[in-house]
Amino acid sequence: MLEKAFVGGRKYWTWMACLLGIMGLGFIMWLWQFRVGLGITGLSRDVSWGFYIGQFTYLVGVAAAGVMVVIPYYIHNYKAFGRITILAEFMAVGAVSMCLLFILVDLGNPVRALNVMLHPTPGSVLFWDMIVLNGYLFLNIFIGWNVLSAERKGSLPPGWIKPFIYLSIPWAISIHTVTAYLYAGLPGRHFWLTAVMAPRFLSSAFCAGPSLLILLCLIVRKTTRFDPGKEQILTLGGIVAYALILNVFLFVCELFTVFYSQIPGHMDHFTYLFFGLHGQGNLAPMMWAAFGLMAMAIILLVIPACRRDEGILAVACVLTIIGTWIDKGFGLVVGGFVPNPLHEVTEYWPTLPEALIALGVWATGLLIISVLYKVATTVKEEGEQKRA
Amino acid sequence: MGVNRRKFLKIAGMSTLGAAAVPASSALAAVNPIEWLDKKLGGFTPFETLLHLFHTPVGFKPGEALTGKQWVMVVNVKELDDEIAEACRETCHRVHNVPQIDNPRHEIKWIWHSEYKHVFTGQHNEHIAEKYHHLPFLVMCNHCENPACVRVCPTKATFKRKQDGIVLMDMHRCIGCRFCMAACPFGARSFNWIIPWPRESAGTLPRFRKGKEPPNPEYPTRVKGVVEKCNFCAERLAKGQIPACVEVCQEAAKEKGKEPALAFGDLADPDSEVRELLHSHFSIRRKPELGTGPNVYYIV
Amino acid sequence: MYDGGKIVAGIIIGVIFLTFPIWYTHGTADPRPEVKLPEKTKECVQPKAYMKTNHMQLIDLWRDSTVRVGNRSYIAFNGKKYDMSLQNTCMSQDCHANKSEFCDRCHDYTGVVPYCWDCHIAPEEKPQAEEKH
Repeated sequence: MLEKAFVGGRKYWTWMACLLGIMGLGFIMWLWQFRVGLGITGLSRDVSWGFYIGQFTYLVGVAAAGVMVVIPYYIHNYKAFGRITILAEFMAVGAVSMCLLFILVDLGNPVRALNVMLHPTPGSVLFWDMIVLNGYLFLNIFIGWNVLSAERKGSLPPGWIKPFIYLSIPWAISIHTVTAYLYAGLPGRHFWLTAVMAPRFLSSAFCAGPSLLILLCLIVRKTTRFDPGKEQILTLGGIVAYALILNVFLFVCELFTVFYSQIPGHMDHFTYLFFGLHGQGNLAPMMWAAFGLMAMAIILLVIPACRRDEGILAVACVLTIIGTWIDKGFGLVVGGFVPNPLHEVTEYWPTLPEALIALGVWATGLLIISVLYKVATTVKEEGEQKRA
Repeated sequence: MGVNRRKFLKIAGMSTLGAAAVPASSALAAVNPIEWLDKKLGGFTPFETLLHLFHTPVGFKPGEALTGKQWVMVVNVKELDDEIAEACRETCHRVHNVPQIDNPRHEIKWIWHSEYKHVFTGQHNEHIAEKYHHLPFLVMCNHCENPACVRVCPTKATFKRKQDGIVLMDMHRCIGCRFCMAACPFGARSFNWIIPWPRESAGTLPRFRKGKEPPNPEYPTRVKGVVEKCNFCAERLAKGQIPACVEVCQEAAKEKGKEPALAFGDLADPDSEVRELLHSHFSIRRKPELGTGPNVYYIV
Repeated sequence: MYDGGKIVAGIIIGVIFLTFPIWYTHGTADPRPEVKLPEKTKECVQPKAYMKTNHMQLIDLWRDSTVRVGNRSYIAFNGKKYDMSLQNTCMSQDCHANKSEFCDRCHDYTGVVPYCWDCHIAPEEKPQAEEKH
């Protein structure tokens, strides 16, 4: 089926060439980082994780969100989603690939990465994260490919694929739960030390992921002859609305505990993020923007007339994606490190090479998604032609 | 090699016998399966024990080595001044070839000093005796009883040596994920963000960043991309020497006729100097509420 | 078999391509390098033949035994006691102080690039070394 990705119009090839160009630029920057060390990033002794790990965290959510399509279709027998499950699964494949790449570019010694398997350490959450992420990648490729092959042949997917599909549901939840546990079990990092971390991660995942999927569906409709369907897109819009409200609600729960208890160690991180601490607060405008964007998105999504208008829905999705991206891909990671354990403030801002490397990883993920979507939509187009 | 393996097995066997020789009554009263297994395996994890079947450790502990069950450091805060704190830092970093990096973002610190309000965050108040405000409190890795860094490390590159409680770094194995830096509540860990020991060409000696001083030829340097921290001078203990910073303090104390600012010893030994110090003085530890069990005590 | 001829031809070309380095350079290898043995010390910690084939395993064992277990003393096959240290024993002035003529000759010949000396300090070699002593 992969051969279908090699047939395309001029627009398709231009898009792919652009992605390859960005990937190349990112790769060159990464080679430089590989040579001289992670010092070319904005990271420091005090803020030792930043943009890379933030993107990783955010994209685990996007990947996990595929389950928001799989559950209604396979568990609740909501037939309409049958048209887009493959899109959700292939989006997850691209997202998980990006996650793994972001971990790899963040390592100080990437050539030793396999030490994680050579010296397996079940006590480390990172060990489990490696297992669940790779497992999820495998599951989605395996399920997506098999279901699509069956569809191409005009037959039903084989029965034995069902257990894998059911397994992929808790597995999707697990990838984001385990990722939350990376943060939520560390003593002395009060910003992360909260039991609602995993629920917050899941809720932000289930609004950010479907938002991206809606945008992808709209792009697919525009660029191919396959229409993912209006009903499908609107239902996804409803899911985004619920999950986004839940995400903000859980954040408010967090705020209440922190600020009503008035424990300084817990308040400092929020104070830093939103107001600045000791006169330093370069993240504050972004954090306010994040929650402003999410609030705007909620308003658009809860008004039925707006949500059912695909144009407005698309705007709300963009707001959701940017808002949750700042909150989780940036504020969450950096906020945990400022102030540092000695209560000193060291600020963080990504450097240009760092941003280019991240962009290169994004381009790689988009390339994977583009190839897989090209295959999927071509198979769908052919199927519809045959039936017509 | 046969000799060594036999010797190793003998020691292992003896320690197992020792565990079995505990009177049956007390063994029955408190059989903690984890402790039991721990003893059986000589402090190694089951997986490590399996690995040792193919990769049996060789050699033995040098006879002159200082041994203890749990090494601790006691900081006698009253004896600290800028001069001694700086001397400790300088000596430690020189002995261990810690790279000197001026950019504070990329700095490597094994031992350093900071103010009370930074060291004892949360225990600070405005009315604390004036002299404590600006005392240079020495800080280093706490070699915790229950270290969070060891718990999170995905490769066991950082581990707690069961025999004497030192939390060590195996820089050969570190992949540079920096999970330990996120986990450490004391900011004791540093990452090599830049090439720490540039060389003019392969085969030449590494030179100090600042150009002048050559490295200590007895201690390795390191590469970029690994995490490092204080090792309680494990390499010196093996030679029967006390940690370098403690030595500095003892010499300074002898000169000035005062008490040394740092003391080092075995907490499990009731007759040790550190036990005596802790017994007769009021001491505090950093962030004890987190349950990591720091092994650096401050007498205030 | 569809396209049998093409497949067989492909396999043959593939095999030829993959084995190219073997048959193309066959018989043209450079002479074996001669390593310079230490002058002061005559015996290593294990017999020469063992060291020739297994020194990397031994060094790996030494590394794990010293760093992780704290065993830093070693009884050699001839009963002598050694400090287990690449930098302070193996490569001390009394033994393999000549990295370029001992370690590097074989490693370069076989194209092996061990990263030991990324961190461990190899002794400074002549002429500086001779001036010092």
